[in-house]
Amino acid sequence: MAIEWKTNADEALSQAKSGGKPLLLDFTAAPM
Amino acid sequence: MYPDSEVSEFISKNFVPVRFDVRKDAQPMERFGANWTPTILILDSDGNERHRIEGFLPKDDFLAQLKLGLAHAAFVGKRFDEAERRFREILEQHPDSDSAPEAQYWAGVAKYKGTGNGAALGETAQAFQQRYQDSPWAKKASVWAA
Repeated sequence: MAIEWKTNADEALSQAKSGGKPLLLDFTAAPM
Repeated sequence: MYPDSEVSEFISKNFVPVRFDVRKDAQPMERFGANWTPTILILDSDGNERHRIEGFLPKDDFLAQLKLGLAHAAFVGKRFDEAERRFREILEQHPDSDSAPEAQYWAGVAKYKGTGNGAALGETAQAFQQRYQDSPWAKKASVWAA
């Protein structure tokens, strides 16, 4: 299963709040 | 990144996942106080940081750390039954991970906070006499020994 990463923090925060779900923020410098 | 399907499924199921390519834009690192890569932050649904993972980890330790983050988020949210269950899952599923002694400590605290029964702390101190005796968490729990 591929992870459907979001890239907009504010949209993700809004989604987390409305869904009551925690966020995972991944800061990477590796090739994506 | 995350070639392991168990890790990918766990993240997809339990989190709203966000990835920042800091080579292109370093601003998110400043915003969230990240100072190194790779860094993983686990935030609760209100956006408060509850756990931080800095540097690479092998699969078992990484999964245990993710579960630790979920457990701490539940604990701070005063969902003590859920927190205890999640901490004990780490003990059962990742007993050899570096997170296990911490999970054992906080499982006892979560049980105490959820039930008000001080015996939970003594039981935790006893558990540390059986497992993870040399961990820093054993020292912290030693004050609860009868």
